[in-house]
Amino acid sequence: MAALSKIVSADLAALAFVPLLVLGIHWMRSPATAVRGNALGAIGMVGFVALTLHGRGLWSHPAMWGWLAAGTLIGGFLAARVRMIQMPELVALFNGIGGVASAIVAMLALSSEGGATDSVARLAAFLAVSIGALTFSGSVVAVLKLARVLRPRPVTFPGHGTINTALLTALLAATLLGSFAPYPLVASWSAGALVLALAAGLVAMLRVGGADMPVSISFLNALSGVAAAVAGYALANPVPVAVGALVGAGGLMLTGDMCRAMNRRLGDVLAGRHVSAEPVSADAAAAPPAAPTRRTDAIDRDPVALLRAARRVVIIPGYGMALAQAQPAVRRLYDALMNKGVEVEFGIHPVAGRMPGHMHILLAEVEIPYEKFKELDDINPRLPETDVALVVGANDVVNPAANTVEGTPISGMPVIRADTARAVVVCNLDRCPGYAGVPNPLYDRPNVILCLGDAAETIGRLAAALEADGSGKE
Amino acid sequence: MSALFWLGLFFGAAAIGYTVLRAVPPLLHTPLMSGMNALSGITILAALAAIGIARTTGEAHWAGAAVALAAANVVGGFAVTHRMLRMFRRSLDRENPSWPR
Repeated sequence: MAALSKIVSADLAALAFVPLLVLGIHWMRSPATAVRGNALGAIGMVGFVALTLHGRGLWSHPAMWGWLAAGTLIGGFLAARVRMIQMPELVALFNGIGGVASAIVAMLALSSEGGATDSVARLAAFLAVSIGALTFSGSVVAVLKLARVLRPRPVTFPGHGTINTALLTALLAATLLGSFAPYPLVASWSAGALVLALAAGLVAMLRVGGADMPVSISFLNALSGVAAAVAGYALANPVPVAVGALVGAGGLMLTGDMCRAMNRRLGDVLAGRHVSAEPVSADAAAAPPAAPTRRTDAIDRDPVALLRAARRVVIIPGYGMALAQAQPAVRRLYDALMNKGVEVEFGIHPVAGRMPGHMHILLAEVEIPYEKFKELDDINPRLPETDVALVVGANDVVNPAANTVEGTPISGMPVIRADTARAVVVCNLDRCPGYAGVPNPLYDRPNVILCLGDAAETIGRLAAALEADGSGKE
Repeated sequence: MSALFWLGLFFGAAAIGYTVLRAVPPLLHTPLMSGMNALSGITILAALAAIGIARTTGEAHWAGAAVALAAANVVGGFAVTHRMLRMFRRSLDRENPSWPR
């Protein structure tokens, strides 16, 4: 490639579009304006592309239009066909695609003498190769785990930690040494860095389990932005630097949120650190002296009778709801309760599901009004005045042991206090411990009814029973 | 351009971005992430520049592949974000039929 050391003036002018993106994100603060915000971002992006084509005289470059059309078709197809339950896969896939695109561009810049001219530009290009390739292979593993092609459980092999550290150290060394190597050697160093980065992403993500996906997807999202930013610097283009930094900031913010919601450190998640934790005995988990429970005798253990008598119900969904495809049944139950004049809210834990906001889109897809969705801190104070907490496919996020038992993977994790409601109905597949492997003492409380089995069926039955007495009375 | 310009650009954008992003409620975090996917396709600009100055067919093909991949991110990211946000809008429209479009 020819020399790329000077900023093209059209690129500098294109920076003027960056505030459009910031305003677009600002409009994402409310569902009422978010559609407009997203459209504004798209307009800004078209502006960037148009100015780039103009500044480089690319309007009449037939091959370029072909590639652009191919990408547009693929992206449009994926966006139109994806089901809401697959959103984590799609976002992970896009993280990887963005990473690999940045890595390819940086490899090209390093492949010839004039590409990245000074050592700092070369260092940026090496970073783009490393971060981009690592994001790509890590995201591919994430997609395969989310799609259950690979087992979602963490995969560890002997010496995993050592190999991981060795790969990252070698990658860092290749990046630094390659940046200051003389020209003909740069290309070989970059190929080495590429291979090391691909391996590092693979090894690191194999060890991350399904329920840690909200953290890892957010982090890979941040990395894809950083890869774009350093690739932009390597090619002396200020726009990707600014926009990549925006993406990096967004990804890091979500990573922090997700870590806080699990009471984990990012390093621990990436190191798969809780995996080796000793399984906690049922005794230890059940140990907390059960406060005198507001025993309702659960109206003869009949969940329908319980719901009939309820004035206020809080539904707490988890990833199990998505797996069972129980959203339409939840919608029916919601309607049946609302028709009886019951106050219904949803208590949504930040890490319920496989990515930030996953439960919200699944419930919005079945057109449940989003004003009913309450976050952890808003719902907990109101659970004691709730007649029935209805757990749908959620386990760790409602496990009271998180607050009472020390030394478990979820100790200290903020949970939705379903146990403080007057009665609890649990519609989970079975009573096995959740992903964290901690037995849930909630199941043994006297005011809890277990409706085990496929949540779509159990919730559907509850909804049908409530619908039936509605039609019988009127 | 000086190092100060580039560092200021990167960290300035990150800082402004963070404050604006912080205000997005968890309700919209999934569409926010897919929107960020679209923005990380900004690397399309670098890929377009690379296709313009490729000297060999091999370079042109790699640059073209990068253009296609980044374009998939941009188009797919914005499109799927739009799809999700419309779902939220639908429930809003139902509650407030007179809401301005």
